[in-house]
Amino acid sequence: MTTLTTPYRPQAKVTETTAENYLNVAYGVKSWLLTTDHKRIGLLYLMSVTVMFFVGGVAATLIRLNLLTPHGQLVTADTYNKLFSAHGIVMVFFFLVPVVPTVLGNFMLPLMIGARDLAFPRLNLASWYIYLVGAFLMLLVLFSGGVDTGWTFYTPFSSKASHTNVLPAVTAIVIAGFSSIFTGLNFVVTVHRLRAPGLTWFRLPLFVWSLYSTSIIMLLATPVLAMLFVLLAIERLWGVGIFDPALDGDPLLFQHLFWFYSHPAVYIMILPGMGIVSEILPCFSRKNIFGYQFIAFSSISIAVIGFLVWGHHMFVAGESVYAALVFSLLSYLVAVPSAIKVFNWTATLYKGSVSFQTPMLFALGFIGLFTIGGLTGLMLAALGLNIHVHDTYFIVAHFHFIMVGGMVMGYMAGLHYWWPKMTGKMYSEWWARLSALIIFVGFILTFMPQFILGYLGMPRRYHVYPAEFQVLNVLSTAGASILGVGYLLPFAYLIASLFGRTRSGPNPWAATGLEWQTPSPPPPQNFLVTPHVTCGPYEYALSSEGDHASS
Amino acid sequence: MGTQMPLFPEQASTAASKVDTLFLFLLALTGSVAIGVTVMIVFYTIRYRRRDDSLQPPRIMGSLRLESLWSAIPLVIFLGIFIWGAKLYYSMASAPENALEIYVVGKQWMWKIQHPEGQREINELHVPMGRPVKLTLTSEDVIHDFFVPAFRTKVDVLPGRYVHTWFQATQPGEYHLFCAQYCGTNHAGMIGKIVVQTPSDYQAWLNSHAEGSLALQGRKLFLKFQCVTCHSADSQARAPVLGKLYGRQVHLQDGSSVVADDQYIRESILKPEARIVAGWQPIMPTFQGQVTEEDILQLLAFIKALEPGQTPERTEEATAPTKNSLTP
Amino acid sequence: MPVRDRGLWHHFDSLDHQADSNLLGMWVFLATELLVFGALFTGYSAYRWRYPAGFEAGSRHLNLLIGGVNTVVLLTSSLTMALAVRAASQGRQALLVRLLLATLFLGSAFLGLKAVEYRQDYLERLVPGLAFDRGAWQELHVNPNHVQLFLIFYYVMTGIHALHLTIGIGVLGILTLKASRGHFTPQYSAPVEMWGLYWHFVDIIWLFLLPLLYLVSTRTSFY
Repeated sequence: MTTLTTPYRPQAKVTETTAENYLNVAYGVKSWLLTTDHKRIGLLYLMSVTVMFFVGGVAATLIRLNLLTPHGQLVTADTYNKLFSAHGIVMVFFFLVPVVPTVLGNFMLPLMIGARDLAFPRLNLASWYIYLVGAFLMLLVLFSGGVDTGWTFYTPFSSKASHTNVLPAVTAIVIAGFSSIFTGLNFVVTVHRLRAPGLTWFRLPLFVWSLYSTSIIMLLATPVLAMLFVLLAIERLWGVGIFDPALDGDPLLFQHLFWFYSHPAVYIMILPGMGIVSEILPCFSRKNIFGYQFIAFSSISIAVIGFLVWGHHMFVAGESVYAALVFSLLSYLVAVPSAIKVFNWTATLYKGSVSFQTPMLFALGFIGLFTIGGLTGLMLAALGLNIHVHDTYFIVAHFHFIMVGGMVMGYMAGLHYWWPKMTGKMYSEWWARLSALIIFVGFILTFMPQFILGYLGMPRRYHVYPAEFQVLNVLSTAGASILGVGYLLPFAYLIASLFGRTRSGPNPWAATGLEWQTPSPPPPQNFLVTPHVTCGPYEYALSSEGDHASS
Repeated sequence: MGTQMPLFPEQASTAASKVDTLFLFLLALTGSVAIGVTVMIVFYTIRYRRRDDSLQPPRIMGSLRLESLWSAIPLVIFLGIFIWGAKLYYSMASAPENALEIYVVGKQWMWKIQHPEGQREINELHVPMGRPVKLTLTSEDVIHDFFVPAFRTKVDVLPGRYVHTWFQATQPGEYHLFCAQYCGTNHAGMIGKIVVQTPSDYQAWLNSHAEGSLALQGRKLFLKFQCVTCHSADSQARAPVLGKLYGRQVHLQDGSSVVADDQYIRESILKPEARIVAGWQPIMPTFQGQVTEEDILQLLAFIKALEPGQTPERTEEATAPTKNSLTP
Repeated sequence: MPVRDRGLWHHFDSLDHQADSNLLGMWVFLATELLVFGALFTGYSAYRWRYPAGFEAGSRHLNLLIGGVNTVVLLTSSLTMALAVRAASQGRQALLVRLLLATLFLGSAFLGLKAVEYRQDYLERLVPGLAFDRGAWQELHVNPNHVQLFLIFYYVMTGIHALHLTIGIGVLGILTLKASRGHFTPQYSAPVEMWGLYWHFVDIIWLFLLPLLYLVSTRTSFY
């Protein structure tokens, strides 16, 4: 069997023919619904996750419209409560947590490590079906009256007071959780066992490191949420007080277990975004990433320390002063690896040859917005200050900077970076850059006013609010309308690119990763010849003497 | 509270300026870091923009020295912020000894407030300026949160237990009170106002709303619920005498002991069988469902004020107030 | 293209490579499972620490005789399972089938006994929410809420354990069927080994459940 002798280097010999690829190898609905090809499953996920994103987005739109006036004239209080619950639940459990691992991870992970598939292809397909069942049940819940507990499901409100579809909603989340677990399991085993010859751990692309860290969190945190919701369901069904103080249960135990999952879940959401940025920066500045090992280890340490900081969600909830001190201290420790990443990314640009294609624009946007999100996190972890801003719009703005400014920007960056690989087609660069700009501006305008609102004291989850907060709310809604346009644009031009004639070629960015050393779209077995790796992932400096296939 | 748009919240408590100092410091610190990073990125991307496709950037793998530096410096700064935040938190955690004690009960969707001298308010709290006020809070149903932005205080109000917070108002005026923990349909309507008055205005307000002290009302309940039948001071007592009980160490049947604080007394009323005092039979019925959270607070005030020898007679009607420190 | 071994997926290099990956997958899965029970153990511990009397009283009403017999049954099944794995790797087909059947039988026996125990609990009104006698506990001067918390954790933990066992029995059934058709060879015995791991894990969980639930306090009788 022939092997490549100069891997991780754009390759001249990849022929751009009409050869068999994973898309044209079989046609028909059955060939998709029963596929075990990780690339096809990635596309199936892309479609389902996108649907959920738009459902969550519609809820967000209605929330912002309602907040245009202080009196909440658009919807009733109950409807409003169901809207923000739907927005939170759908976006967190059905979009942010799964999106990058299941779409980009599924598609790219085997390609990036030179494998022919994930370790357990059938399990991979099963996890898509499981996700689908969960998502479908969730949509059923939303369209048959909804749920009004917020995505946090705090007891005793969720177990005793709420009259909405709490049980089906938590069931849907638990089902989707299993999908996460199986995806994580698949990734861990794949990274351990299916790396190409010569691909040692410290030659792995940083996106793979981040997916690996993410998988560990999925595996170890998700089951706790599942059991917590089983207990909640039992309490609600039979009225026995597991978390109900009237029956000697403890509502804080619910919060502890909830955040034991949900805080690491934040890192499930952000780590893959960090990984994507670590791929894109070297490519578009033609340089090695600055401090590969620091970035790789920072992903792992975020995953580990991230398990120990859940209590910072409960500083005003009634935990003891000493617990609060410990959790505050640990929260500052977990901030260090994130800081390292930001500085290393910046340093990567130094003396580079920087170009500004769409993925790079999104990636730079990610760094800026994530930095603001992270820095406001430092304020929140300061105990005395947390008391004032806890449960206000300050928190809302903070986590949207991390999850939307960070994660969704990262996802958009990755989607635009790998879209040509996934489809073989190139989108309109002009429209794509425009959408990156619109999303960035719209985002800032939406969420910056919310920091001010929060410090002024506007509590979150308020259907109506005092009149003096109106101007800032109107600003935020105006920003949201821009942001909405920004998210609709890619939908249009990416689909249009599928019908366009602009072929991308195997390696449109002249990138070094293994995934670029095979045709676009890739053949069913991923590689025509098994790659053999002899150097690190970002050797742009070495590739000058090599030959660029498509630049 | 004007109609114009404020950009910074009012400072109306002793804590407010301390919190704001920390906030402004952090804003300056993080702001300069954010601006610094942005400037660096913009500068690098422009300075090193691609001019020539054939130009080959140098192969820079990293720098252990630089990376260690920008790991260590943030760590030190973070620890500094941690200490500042923690000290502030600690100083805000416990109320001064001489604080005025006010009781708050949250329920869907209102705040019920009781002053020690018996005045009751709903969704409004009158407090004197310049004196520490300690709130004891509980909830009748789900979790609420008592949030006064102008004071920079906030605490989750849990059912089934007492939580505390305190503040010392510095400016007369009216301030927002918000429920900050989502509690159902009318969560956004669970708001009210804090009215800070000069001590003399506050006294005048108290006088115009006098209803008899909280302890006195508790005394009436003590008789009404027939507590006195067993908790009597005479030889037929079938339950411990409650005079000077509050704050004392109580020895329990199982050999352990407990301090008779708010939480313990509340539990003894609602779940008498939970912790039996050594030497007594577990004969007390539960009062769960018969007493409201407000009733319990009144009984608490009564027991707190009760001196030895003041236990009411079993036959007595509720008449003269007991002599206690809470009566004006 | 060389002829590929039967049962080998296209993305693995060899059967060994595949077996090795499958085993790692099971180990990773068991790490997840550990957290499933870990969450329940945490909740249980929090309440037991707070309400020791109620937990002791509740525990005394469980049937230690059935619990003890079940422990022996399950441990024996682990033995037969381990022997089955060895038989598979040695290619002794008939023995493999017999041992798998024995494991299946012991697992089912455990579930049967557990069902008897649940029924008895129900008759003794030890099921919160369905059949629970608050008054009886009050007469014993035990807080019924605390007993109720103990019992909830008893049912959730043993219930989820039983669910795992049921899944294990289902898988063993399939494996037995395949083994009887000569599906497994010394080169291809990974599925038996993999599910053996799962089976042992479920047994080990029971070894934690027994002391946590049945042996909380000194007892004077077995049931």
